[in-house]
Amino acid sequence: MEARGAVEPAGGTLERAPAWLLGLVPLLLIVAGIAVIAALGGPGLGERKGPPVEELSVERTVLHPGEIELTVRNDGPDPVTISQVIVNDSYVDFSADEQKVGRLDATKVKIPYPWIEGESYETQLLTSTGGTIDHEIPVAVETPSKDSSFYGLMALLGLYVGIVPVTLGMLWLPFVRRISAQWLRFLLALTIGLLAFLAIDATFEGIDVAGEGSQAFGGATLVFLGAAVSYLVLAAIAGWSAAAVEGSRERSRTRGWEIALLVAIAIGLHNLGEGLAIGSAYAVGALALGAFLVIGFAIHNTTEGLAIVAPVASRPPTLMRLVLLGAIAGAPAIVGAWIGAAAFNSSVAALLLGVGVGAIAQVIQQLAPAIRDRSGPILRPLTVAGILAGFAIMYVTSLLVNI
Amino acid sequence: MLAALGPAVGAGVAARAGLLGSDGASTALAGEAHHETAAAVPAAAHAGEGHLGFPDGARVDHRANGFDPAELLRDFDHGKVTRLASGRVLREWELVAQDREIEVAPGVKFAAWTYNGRIPGPALRCNEGERLRIRFGNGSEHPHTIHFHGIHPAEMDGVPGIGLGTIQPGKSVTYEFDAEPFGLHLYHCHVTPLIDHIHKGMYGAFLIDPRKGRPEADEMVMVMNGFDTNFDRSNEIYAVNTVPFAYMNDPIVVKRNELVRIYLVNLLEFDLVNSLHVHANFFHYFPTGTSLEPVEYTDTVMQCQGQRGVLELRFPYEGRYMFHAHQSEFAQLGWMGFFEVKD
Repeated sequence: MEARGAVEPAGGTLERAPAWLLGLVPLLLIVAGIAVIAALGGPGLGERKGPPVEELSVERTVLHPGEIELTVRNDGPDPVTISQVIVNDSYVDFSADEQKVGRLDATKVKIPYPWIEGESYETQLLTSTGGTIDHEIPVAVETPSKDSSFYGLMALLGLYVGIVPVTLGMLWLPFVRRISAQWLRFLLALTIGLLAFLAIDATFEGIDVAGEGSQAFGGATLVFLGAAVSYLVLAAIAGWSAAAVEGSRERSRTRGWEIALLVAIAIGLHNLGEGLAIGSAYAVGALALGAFLVIGFAIHNTTEGLAIVAPVASRPPTLMRLVLLGAIAGAPAIVGAWIGAAAFNSSVAALLLGVGVGAIAQVIQQLAPAIRDRSGPILRPLTVAGILAGFAIMYVTSLLVNI
Repeated sequence: MLAALGPAVGAGVAARAGLLGSDGASTALAGEAHHETAAAVPAAAHAGEGHLGFPDGARVDHRANGFDPAELLRDFDHGKVTRLASGRVLREWELVAQDREIEVAPGVKFAAWTYNGRIPGPALRCNEGERLRIRFGNGSEHPHTIHFHGIHPAEMDGVPGIGLGTIQPGKSVTYEFDAEPFGLHLYHCHVTPLIDHIHKGMYGAFLIDPRKGRPEADEMVMVMNGFDTNFDRSNEIYAVNTVPFAYMNDPIVVKRNELVRIYLVNLLEFDLVNSLHVHANFFHYFPTGTSLEPVEYTDTVMQCQGQRGVLELRFPYEGRYMFHAHQSEFAQLGWMGFFEVKD
């Protein structure tokens, strides 16, 4: 109160003004100041030196019989004009929605070209300044057309690599109910190992994917941004639901269900990313759909089912809830495959992979207390062995599904 | 729509037919492929028909460039002729180095260095034994010279550090020497880095006619060149007389059975060799044009940078005949054209 009194003589008027006004005035001044600088074109700075910066990245390549279509985004600070197109050291006919591509804008360049299946093509966009934007099509394969049978195929793929293996993995529930508390802790530690591996894997996958396409929207930053956002949002949800059931008798049971749900969501987000990778690889012909791939994913992803059921070992939920958990964890693979094959965008893919990583980090944090022996530390020989076993399983099974 | 593989393969054959031109399309297989492609994807068939190349209607603005390959072709600069006291012919030219932005492909600008604002520079033409005087003013922002191929004293050689040496911006000098030996030669800037000073456009043909002359003919000069527009030390653009596909758009019209003489000079940078192939015909080849007896009767000739030669041929049939580098890459990147033979 004394401090308040001391400033009163000087700031009497300000003190009486409403708080919202004090917040608003600086904002308006900032807007006005920036507007003045912008209107005057940054007085005193002069024109930028040097030639225009030309950065284009090819976001998407679509091949139809006799035609190559590139979706090109301008990553750089200046507009870029595509004047000519070269394919395999030949000038080619082309048409573009807009030959002049503004900052962050995208355009489609359609090139009638008699490409041959299985061969590789080097495309170069020659700009008005004579610069070239190179883009390689490593293996030319017709882009699947997006009819209902295509979406059906992607759904089937998602079912094989997502829902089926996860659900199969959940069949370990009766087993985990019977084992001793100590071995359950081992299994939970194993789950943590599995999830940690997935998180690391997805992080690098995300960084790779982000590096392939346009950097205009943040590139690899999107992976970490996605991870931070999903971690924080899930942490808030977990905190809110924990508060809601505080003191309830159902506490321990609800707690198990909650964690299982969180694990399912995290794995679901991860499988969304996995679906994306599969769908986009299929769309560009880089993926052979075969029994080997499906078997590989089945083995890889059944471990995810185990991760879901381990937290609910003591008080298993109803069958309906189990089915729901399986769907939450597995079905996003279908959605991911659709998105990946139909509208793959490296920025979106990087963000989604990051979201999966954040979700896994949050789940690991939720699971960690459960592997603690009443009073002991989290990392004991048994739990460490569990985590390492999780790594090993994931590492070995991931070798089966390298795409 | 046909099945995935069908049109792709068909179109591939069509493309090959396109590359080879009219003679390639005469086989039944290629003809059929053309047809199939046309049914499946009109655009691809069009690409095959048009021998690939720039999109339809895309032309370089010759007026803005200040020169048109169609006119350069038969444009020989005979200079200003006077007589010395001895009665000997004195032939004089003025060349000015100029920095110019040139549209080297439709919509693609290139910061060129030129003689007299054009690439190639003027085709200087004189007679054996004349006294030649070339006044050179450097209006460029960079130092330049003119280095002539021919026989002359060291101080007139147009290289840095010897004789007239390097000509700084704003300065001018006069090169003077005798026209010898007769034949087809060239001139270019000899300031280092040579790659820049040559490939940015500072070169031209230098023709010394023999005393007894050559038979009457429809004469044309073709300077084979290219441009590295993205500074990766390889060419994005290949051409004769600078503009890619220029003679595809405007075929060179010649008369049936009339003698055609081509003065062919290679100034291509970055690539080791260049070549010229004339379709459906053969020509007599006079390397460097220093002899009036041909050494070869052929339809394809190869030249390294600075090499040149004279070609003589007659077209016995009417119609359109392609000519192009017989390196497919160069051809498809612009070094391709047509003769149109008329009665």
